[in-house]
Amino acid sequence: MLCEDCHEREANVHLTQVVNDKKSVLNLCLECADKRGFSNPLKNVPFPLGDFLSSMVDSPRSDRTGQIQQITCLGCGLTFGEFSKYGRLGCGKCYEAFRTQLEQLLRKIHGSSRHCGKLPAGSPEKMVPLIEERKLQEELRRAVEEEKFELAAELRDRLKTVGIERH
Amino acid sequence: MFESLVRRPARWLEADGAEAAIVLSSRARLARNVANLHYPGKASSEMQARVKDFVRLALGNRGLLQTGTLFDSEPVSDIDRDFLIERHLISPEFMRDRQNRALFIQNDESVSIMINEEDHLRIQAFQSGLEIRSAMEKAEKVDSELGATLDYDYSKDYGFLTSCPTNVGTGLRASVLIHLPGLVLTNEIDGVITQISKVGLAVRGFYGEGTDVLGNLFQISNQTTLGRQEEDIISSLEDVTRQLISHEENARMTLIRDAGDEIKDKIWRAYGILKHARVLSSEEAMNLLSAVRLGVAMGILDMLPMRLVNEIMLLIQPAHLQKLLGEELGASDRDGRRADLVRERLMGR
Ligand SMILES: [Zn+2]
Repeated sequence: MLCEDCHEREANVHLTQVVNDKKSVLNLCLECADKRGFSNPLKNVPFPLGDFLSSMVDSPRSDRTGQIQQITCLGCGLTFGEFSKYGRLGCGKCYEAFRTQLEQLLRKIHGSSRHCGKLPAGSPEKMVPLIEERKLQEELRRAVEEEKFELAAELRDRLKTVGIERH
Repeated sequence: MFESLVRRPARWLEADGAEAAIVLSSRARLARNVANLHYPGKASSEMQARVKDFVRLALGNRGLLQTGTLFDSEPVSDIDRDFLIERHLISPEFMRDRQNRALFIQNDESVSIMINEEDHLRIQAFQSGLEIRSAMEKAEKVDSELGATLDYDYSKDYGFLTSCPTNVGTGLRASVLIHLPGLVLTNEIDGVITQISKVGLAVRGFYGEGTDVLGNLFQISNQTTLGRQEEDIISSLEDVTRQLISHEENARMTLIRDAGDEIKDKIWRAYGILKHARVLSSEEAMNLLSAVRLGVAMGILDMLPMRLVNEIMLLIQPAHLQKLLGEELGASDRDGRRADLVRERLMGR
C-alpha cells in the first residue's frame, strides 16, 4: 500500500482517527507520519547507525567504517558495531570508549552534547568545584564566541586549577 | 497479585488536579543507573540480581520500603503484567523478559520504580491533572533518597548516563495525557500536532507504543534530555500544554456555536449507547467515553462526575476487566462483560 500523503513510498504507519463519528484509517510512510507529527521519541535517532557511520568518515571506504565498528568498550566489551545495530550502550564507560562518535550522535539527537541539568544528590562538597568548573566552561565558550581571546586564555588557566583541585 | 490495586481507581485518574477537565494526568520519569555495573541489557544474571539487591537496600535504608511494596517480577502473570501496563505503572517493554526485574509501587500509587528495565532504575511519579511540577518533585524526592545510598552513573559532560543515548543528561521524560476531542472534531488536530512537534515535543496516542489514537487521548512529552535544565524541560511542556488547553477550549466553543445541536446529540447518543449496550469492544467504548467525557467537561452531562468517566476508561481495558471479574476471558466474552460493567458503573453501582 502506498502512502496517502506522498503517494510514493510504502505506507508502514496506520493511524486510526475518529472524526465526526467516522472512523478513518490513514496509511502513511514514516516520513509523512513524521511531517504530521505522529512520531516516536526516537525519530531523530539514526538507528541502525549505518548511514550515520558512513557520513562520519571522510571517504565511504568500508575499512574505515570497519575500524570504527570494532572500537570496543573496556568496561563491558560492547563494540561500536553492536551499539550501532541495537542502539543501546552496555555500561557507563561506553560513553568514553565511543566518545568521538557519540558526541556527534548526541548533537544530532539533542542539539547539544553537554549536560547542564542537575548534579547527583549527596556529597555536596565534591560538587562545588564541579559547579565552578561548569560555570567557567560556559564563560570560556562565550569568550571564544565573542573573540575575547585574552579573557579566554585567563579562563583556561583558571579551569586548569579547578580541575586540579577536583582530582 | 495486585488485588488491592484492582479495587480502587488509579491515583492519576482522580480528576482533582489543575485543568483536570482536559488534562487527565502528568508524569515525570527519571532514568538512573548504578555506577560501575553493566546496564541490564548487557549484564549477567548475577549482576542484574546484584542491582536488585542494591536497590532493595537503598529503599530500605531510607525507609521507603515502609511506604510501598517491592515486587519481584518472576511470579507476575501475563494478565498482571498487562494490568500494570494499563495502569501506566510499567512500560510495555519492562516485563517482556521477567527474570531479575523488580517493581516498587508506593502505597498511594503516585510513584513506581522499575528495576532492571533498559536502565537500572526508572523512577516514575504520577499526578492527576496538569501537575507536571509536583510530579517532578515527587520523582526527585525518591531520586535523592536513593541517590543518598546508591552511587549513580554520572559524568560531568553527559550528566546521568543511560543505556539509550536518547535519555542521557537529565534522564527526564515529562509527559501529560490530554483529552482533545474538540480539536479532533474540528479537524484542527493535525495542524496542532505538527506545531507541537516543531517545538521539540513528541505526540503519541493513548497507551504509548502504537500510533492508534484511542478516545482522542494524546500523550505529549519532551524529546530531548541533554543540554537543557530540568526546569526548562518542564516549563516548556507546561507552556505548550496550556496553549493546547486554550486551543481545545476554543474548538469546543466553536462546536457549540456552529453545531450545538449536533454536538449535544452526539454526546447524549454516546451516553445512551453506553447505558444500554450489551456488547462493547474496547475501541468503541473508548470512543463513546470520549464523547461522554466531553459532555461532562462542557456541563452537558452534569450529573456524571469526571472521575467516574476516567475510572471507566481504565476499567474497561482488557486486563483490568479480567482482574475485576476474577477470570480469564476471550475477546468476545470480554465485549459482553465490558458492556455490563459500563452499564453498572453508569447506574451508580
Ligand atoms: Zn561499556
